[in-house]
Amino acid sequence: MRAPARTLMAVGIAAALAVPAFAAEAPHPAKQHWSFSGFFGTFDRAAAQRGFQVYKEVCASCHSMQYLSYRHLAALGFNEEEVKAIAAGVEVPDLNDEGEAVKRPGRPSDRFASPFPNEKAARAANNGAFPVDLTLVTKAREGGPDYVYAVLTGYKDAPSGFQLQPGMNYNEYFPGHQIAMPPPLSDDQVTFADNTKASVPQMAKDLVTFLSWAAEPELEARKAMGIKVILFLIVLSGLLYAVKRKVWADVH
Amino acid sequence: MASTSAMFDNKLVKWVDERLPIFSTMQHAGMEYPTPRNLSYWWNFGSLAGFMLVVMIVTGIVLAMHYTPHADHAFASVERIMRDVNYGWLIRYIHMNGGSMFFIVVYIHMFRGLYYGSYKAPRELLWWLGLVILVLMMATAFMGYVLPWGQMSFWGATVITNLFSAVPFFGEHIVTWLWGGFSVDNPTLNRFFSLHYLLPFVIAAVVFLHIWALHTTKSNNPLGIDIKGPQDTIPFHPYYTVKDMYGVAVFLIFYALFVFFAPNMLGDPVNYVPANPLQTPPHIVPEWYFLPYYAILRAIPNKLLGVIAMFGSILIFFLTPWLDTSRVRSARYRPVYKWLFWVFVICCIALGWAGAKPPEGLALWVARIGTVYYFLHLIVLMPLVGWFERPLPVPKSIATPVLSAQPMEKA
Ligand code: HEC
Ligand code: HEM
Repeated sequence: MRAPARTLMAVGIAAALAVPAFAAEAPHPAKQHWSFSGFFGTFDRAAAQRGFQVYKEVCASCHSMQYLSYRHLAALGFNEEEVKAIAAGVEVPDLNDEGEAVKRPGRPSDRFASPFPNEKAARAANNGAFPVDLTLVTKAREGGPDYVYAVLTGYKDAPSGFQLQPGMNYNEYFPGHQIAMPPPLSDDQVTFADNTKASVPQMAKDLVTFLSWAAEPELEARKAMGIKVILFLIVLSGLLYAVKRKVWADVH
Repeated sequence: MASTSAMFDNKLVKWVDERLPIFSTMQHAGMEYPTPRNLSYWWNFGSLAGFMLVVMIVTGIVLAMHYTPHADHAFASVERIMRDVNYGWLIRYIHMNGGSMFFIVVYIHMFRGLYYGSYKAPRELLWWLGLVILVLMMATAFMGYVLPWGQMSFWGATVITNLFSAVPFFGEHIVTWLWGGFSVDNPTLNRFFSLHYLLPFVIAAVVFLHIWALHTTKSNNPLGIDIKGPQDTIPFHPYYTVKDMYGVAVFLIFYALFVFFAPNMLGDPVNYVPANPLQTPPHIVPEWYFLPYYAILRAIPNKLLGVIAMFGSILIFFLTPWLDTSRVRSARYRPVYKWLFWVFVICCIALGWAGAKPPEGLALWVARIGTVYYFLHLIVLMPLVGWFERPLPVPKSIATPVLSAQPMEKA
């Protein structure tokens, strides 16, 4: 292994075993109300569609969502024609019959096109920071959807005395408070077809609904099945308990 | 055995049984098996553990059909299972939470054994086989957690395999050999997948021996006294088959709440970030069921001693049949040990809490005091209490739970 990687790994192990972690304390993200939380939660389709629009028009220039395909969007209520149109609006890399690299319009079966060909290119375009893939981000952070919402709306002026590195931005909820992503949202940045006012909190909320769907597209099916399974098991337990009582009647 | 073949009416069954007594063996072991009539619900956890092993093997085999054990593809293949495989999310969440459920069940099963003295003669071998199962389960769970190749998979594997570097002289060589290279990488993932598939079948074989030993010594019971005759027992079927089935159904409600409504509650969110050898997560923590051992490891400033204490904290249970000097099995009749048992349970939970925190401040002190008490309980208090405690009078038999005159008249 290359020496720097080895050193890094040794540092990591030492950190895990002995040295106290240094994550700077960030305030707890406030609990938001989400349509998809609770036993009967479902994704608010209108919000998720608006969220997708913001992703497409704002975030997609930096962040990939590589585990989604355009066909998955049907689950948000887009019809077949709309999905086709969304896919066709994107250029995806492919090989032609002569084996040459070409770009062609996307198809519903294609994965979401990534803005950068690889991590190096992404870092080069972002001051060395890496814009993470967003497909799983609400699942991959402590605090989940509340945290992502808090980061998107948590940009502030740095308090006096705070040493902000060049090219960094102050964010109340990002660990260490210095984030390389410039504030991505501003009021009326997009125009929603349903005339919802595109305020920053509104867009953040819609985005997080969309991102939560992207992270857990099975959520609605899972919860609906869960209710049935639990009800079935309660009845089954009751029946088995009755049988058990009956069988044991002569022992007690 | 062959004579019992006569009891089968079905000609084919009889024909087979006379040549290979598989039906009469099942009849003896699964139906007639004379079981104490007074087992409490704490005795359900053995069958629940067996149930979990089956669940893990079945879901695991299905997952393996869709999973790709390669460092470049493992993470994405798990996402494909979650998104594109029919009911893949269900299979994965059952397996993922199943690991936790398996440990909950087995830990309760073991504490039950500790409380009722199930490790004492004549059940020492039965207890040891259980411990072998526990160690195998830990190895299996650890390697399984590496397979999705998230950040915690990678860094957990790095930290734990590195513990072997504490071995004098050969440490570095052992670690290189375990890794199959100079860091945790694709060869490590490949061998962990192979072993993760293999070990559950080894566990199944040891469970077979465990149950064979159980059927030889017969089950212990809440009174901790021996079976004195047929009046003390009832046939396993239908009494305990129906009771175990009821137990499975209730347990499934608990299990399903996690699978369907909080599938990631017991896991670390960081494992949804793909493995990155160049970026160490701020807190590297194992799954909850390893936290007490992790606390013991980090409580001791010397690496080698920490590793010895960690492995020792499990291996020491092989000695409990002799560390416990009391002749009375059940803590029900042991006024002092009974309390110490619960203090020990709290000690284990406190160690688990400390294991989840960075090793500093209060958590470090809880880990240190907990570690000392853990070993103090097993090495010092257990033998001493057995000598000095005055047990309460134990009943004469299971069928007539009338107290005998002399407290020591038992077993
Ligand atoms: C100009 C490029 C750019 C745009 C546009 C952009 N981001 Fe980012 N984003 C980044 C970079 C760079 C990072 C990494 C920040 C760091 O590590 O300091 C990041 C990080 C993030 C994170 C991770 C925070 C964490 O906890 O690690 C989230 C969530 C996120 N962006 C969401 C969004 C959303 C939603 C949008 C669209 C509204 C968006 N970003 C638009 C560049 C961008
Ligand atoms: C895969 C894991 C395991 C399975 C499938 C399993 C299965 C069983 C079953 C079915 C029984 C009979 C029912 C009962 O008494 O609860 C039993 C008994 C027993 N098991 Fe396990 N077991 C497992 C792990 C362990 C472990 C880790 C230990 C602890 C060392 C252990 C110790 C015992 C003891 C001492 C008994 C006899 C209990 C008594 O009769 O009091 N087992 N086991």
